[in-house]
Amino acid sequence: MNNHHLRVDGLGPDPGPWRRLTARDSVLRRVDWVLLLAALALSVIGILLVWSATRNRTEINSGDPHYFLVRQGINLALGLALAVGVMWLGHHRLRSAVPLFFAFSMLFMLLVFTPLGTEINGQRAWLSIGGYTLQPGEFAKVAIILGMAVILADQVDAGDRDYPSRRAVLQALALATAPLCVVVIDDMGMAMVLSVIVLGILLASGAPLKWSIGLMLAGVVGAALVWALGVLDDYQLDRFAAFADPSRDPAGVGYNTNQARIAIGSGQLDGKGLFQGTQTTGQFVPEQHTDFIFTVAGEELGFLGAGGIIVLIGVVLWRALRIARDSSELYGTIIAAGIVAWFAFQCFENIGMALGIMPVAGVPLPFLSYGGTAMFAVWIAIGLLQSVRMKRPLTA
Amino acid sequence: MTNIPETGRTSRITIRLVVIQILVFSLLLTLGGRLWYLQIRQGDEFAAEAAGNHVQQVVQPAVRGSIVDARGVPIADNETRLVVSVDRTELSKLPDDGEEVLADLAELLELSEEEVAHRVRLCDAETPQPCWNGSPYQPIPITDEATTEQTLQIRERAEEFPGVSAEPTAVRRYPAPEGARSAQVLGYLSPVTDEEVAESEDTDSPLLRSDQIGRSGLERTYDSYLRGESGVTRYEVDKFGRVLGEAENDPAMAGANVVTSLDSRLQAVVEEELVGAMERAQAEHDDITGRNYEADSGAAVVLENDTGRVVAMASAPDYDPNVWVGGISSDEYARLTDEDANDPLINRAIQGQGPPGSTFKVVSSTAAVNAGYDFDSRYNCSSSYDIGGQTFRNFESSSYGPISLGQAIEVSCNTVFYGLAHREWQRDGGNNPVDEPNDYFFNTAHGFGLGTQTGIDLPNEVPGRIPDRQWKQDYWEANKDEWCEIAESDRDDYPARIARENCTEGMKMRAGDMLNFSIGQGDVLVTPIQLATVYAAIGNGGTLYQPSVGKAVVAADGRVIEEFEPQATGELPADEQTIEDLRDATASVITTGSAAWKFGGWPQNEIPLHGKTGTAEGAGDQQTSSWLATFTDDYTVVMTISQAGTGSGASGDAVRHIWEAIYGVQGGGVNEDAALLPEPITELPEIDETGAIVPPPDEDEDADEERDASGEAGQEQGQPGETFDQGDPGGQGDQGDAGEQPEGAEQFVPGGTPLPPDAGDSQASWDARASWNAGASRAGPAPVPLAENPPERETQTRREDE
Repeated sequence: MNNHHLRVDGLGPDPGPWRRLTARDSVLRRVDWVLLLAALALSVIGILLVWSATRNRTEINSGDPHYFLVRQGINLALGLALAVGVMWLGHHRLRSAVPLFFAFSMLFMLLVFTPLGTEINGQRAWLSIGGYTLQPGEFAKVAIILGMAVILADQVDAGDRDYPSRRAVLQALALATAPLCVVVIDDMGMAMVLSVIVLGILLASGAPLKWSIGLMLAGVVGAALVWALGVLDDYQLDRFAAFADPSRDPAGVGYNTNQARIAIGSGQLDGKGLFQGTQTTGQFVPEQHTDFIFTVAGEELGFLGAGGIIVLIGVVLWRALRIARDSSELYGTIIAAGIVAWFAFQCFENIGMALGIMPVAGVPLPFLSYGGTAMFAVWIAIGLLQSVRMKRPLTA
Repeated sequence: MTNIPETGRTSRITIRLVVIQILVFSLLLTLGGRLWYLQIRQGDEFAAEAAGNHVQQVVQPAVRGSIVDARGVPIADNETRLVVSVDRTELSKLPDDGEEVLADLAELLELSEEEVAHRVRLCDAETPQPCWNGSPYQPIPITDEATTEQTLQIRERAEEFPGVSAEPTAVRRYPAPEGARSAQVLGYLSPVTDEEVAESEDTDSPLLRSDQIGRSGLERTYDSYLRGESGVTRYEVDKFGRVLGEAENDPAMAGANVVTSLDSRLQAVVEEELVGAMERAQAEHDDITGRNYEADSGAAVVLENDTGRVVAMASAPDYDPNVWVGGISSDEYARLTDEDANDPLINRAIQGQGPPGSTFKVVSSTAAVNAGYDFDSRYNCSSSYDIGGQTFRNFESSSYGPISLGQAIEVSCNTVFYGLAHREWQRDGGNNPVDEPNDYFFNTAHGFGLGTQTGIDLPNEVPGRIPDRQWKQDYWEANKDEWCEIAESDRDDYPARIARENCTEGMKMRAGDMLNFSIGQGDVLVTPIQLATVYAAIGNGGTLYQPSVGKAVVAADGRVIEEFEPQATGELPADEQTIEDLRDATASVITTGSAAWKFGGWPQNEIPLHGKTGTAEGAGDQQTSSWLATFTDDYTVVMTISQAGTGSGASGDAVRHIWEAIYGVQGGGVNEDAALLPEPITELPEIDETGAIVPPPDEDEDADEERDASGEAGQEQGQPGETFDQGDPGGQGDQGDAGEQPEGAEQFVPGGTPLPPDAGDSQASWDARASWNAGASRAGPAPVPLAENPPERETQTRREDE
């Protein structure tokens, strides 16, 4: 059984491999190739950009210019494997595992506050295990999407209701609140992403608008309260405001955003060429292989390259939205819509902060930023999207 | 609510998904638009910023070019000295702002703590010199005379001296060959200011913070040639300053050398003689004021007649130009700017101006000829000349009867010129001038180049003044309010009466003005360089040249970048005969006239010398100032000394010594071997294959060689060792005695004696500003950097004719 199932082409009575692959409802036919290739292209470009940004950063690459190239390559390979795994299992079969998955995510997130947690750039969002750092928040995104989708879609997909009941919405919100509470203290970026995912899911689920509006209002009030009560440290406020006014934090975020803008702007139409960026080579932009990876694209690939990345992101989001609309069940729609909210917001926030139109928050650029957990999470998401598109798992 | 069959999707969800889709693509479009704005619209600016970001510049200062004299002897060059500098930025990081470090440094360098503290403070409006007027980010030199031991101490105890560096550095040196300091001609350097750096940023030769630039004299005029181009090495660096890329290297281009027409040997003689003449005058008793002559300042110029090139130019008092090198010390600066120092920074040869006295009579004679009076006709040299009840007298009421213009020049008779000027004034309408007056006297003076700058290649030359009708009008308009205010008061003292008259009549050209002008007194002002160009023009047959010091610019590699050809600025407004007549008359001044008593025994047959004396009366209790303008066929020598007596008396010996040095006149004969410049140097000095300018061999070592060479030259001229017997000695003696008396002719306005207001000559009270000392501040920016402009002295200058 196991051997049998591991074979991707293991479908029913064996009509021969080629026939199976080209059959009308075969895997190859059902996979959304446009989505897959766009995501793959973004990841490969990301690997090159990470390489460029870390080639001569001897203080972090242990003297090996290919250190981050290799690592990110491995991350992508693992991510692809995870995606295939998800496609193989299928989102329906995962349904039963969602509670467990969610519980583990929460556990990981709480572990961050144990001695296993690591603080990076003022954010306690990493787990350090055996030399590897993991960001449990990334998995929480998947967990929230799946968890809320399960709860909200349950009655609707069963045909009991057109839209989620109030009870279901409350349950879903309660579910999402838990990880949100964990991250809101220390990881603003993650908190924002989770909030937007929740909002996107509520909208896509067909739940009455009052919930969505209420959530937005709650966000505004919450932000106002945070501001008024002085929950945030001054440095956090400065970081937040410095994107618009670099003088708020001239040595820190102001400097960073200014350098980021110089890097991108100086790329002009066709860029300085891969590895040729002076801002990149000179390490003037901080966190360039992670949060500010887009500046490498802007400087070295120019408007054509960086614009191309935005177009590729647009393609991914377009396919994901298409999948959301095409899904015959609310469960799949919610999963796809949640992923759209997640990707769209993270891309906009990340690129927006590099371009100086959004406040600086520690949000990676999906597919492109260096980071294993983030890469795994987005490829799990791609796997889920493909699964929704295929409506049944590879093995079904 | 319609179900969509394919998906079982309700339209509400579809609509919401469409809304999400629109929202998502709007966000992406926003990003794209912003990306376009940054990269396409503002890309150029960011590209420039990125370039500035990652490139570090290391500047190697260019070695400043030398200034050499006509034979190639350096008068300004560079030497390597151990310079100790302090970096303010480093000091400011210390808890006590580096006070302790500076104190330790002062002790090590054996300077006072105050001195060191003054040097590192930044100049601003309130801070007196010395202070640092360069960039605060630039190391500030404390001394350029550190010893090797001190340098080693600073380097070995580096931790005790943070921010202090000790490096061998090329610094300016003014070697003063033969003792010729040429201080004001050379000028000086000082560090650039932030404003200058900012201003020069977009020009072809941007200044660097470490640059020094010429502030006056040749250093300023030829600054762009001398400065060279600093070398810049550009390193690509990362954020931490670590060098990444290849260095792009623009090597420093040493500044070009400037060859001047100066002869440092003669310059030394002229400086020495000027000072000597002043000292002799100071030891002499002035019978008019009853005290010794002040002889407070003076100037001397030696020009080549046929080119206008300056062979020597001295201004006293002077100073040692080396005091500016490496930043001027507080003591030195105080000494230079002290009131008793009498503005040594001013080059009085071009920035001093005063009435020329009788040296002006060559102009008046020409004017008379231009007005139709024959040079050789007889004009009555009476003892006095009366106009409107006022009597203008010759000195001691001397009378020579009917004499020619030439003789009037020779004996310096005033009344001849009074008469001619008065008649011309009357012909022009007198007190009610005709519409287009001839104004021969004024126009001729302008034609001689007076009243405007000669255009010499030294900064801040003053124009002198020809007090013509336009000037009187302008002066009246500028002052009438003040005069009329006094006029309306109840006062009835002398100044009030003068003011009252000036208020209503001050714009008119009076007979008295005209008479004063004709003998170079009153409001007319000339500079020594102007007078020298006038006499040089007479000496060369009538061509006015723009005087010049720079002769050529030679690049560091020996290439002659530029040769400055003599610039003729015009012809004297005199026909050939008049010029010839003037030459004869001025020769008589030397042989039998007012200067003869100082030039007895001069080999006039061999070296025909011409001259004219002048004595200008000062106002108030000021003593007379002396002028002596002399020329041969090749050279002109003009010397003037303020408050030193008569032209021949004060400067005669000194000028003679200068001529003797030029031509090697010794004991009534000409010794060619001793002649410094028997004829002008026309060739540029030798330039060797390395591009260096080769000075002539050392004088002592090669004395024989030179003697041989000049001996040959002498033989070529066919006059070796010829001795001269200049007439009978008795006659010379008589002339000498006679010369002293007619020197000062009529004193028409006794110094300090009030004129009656109706005398028609009321300028006595107005000419408040023309003086030797005030010239520079009137003419333009004072030499910088000074804490303030030299004080404008309210000196009443009123000079008396000889």
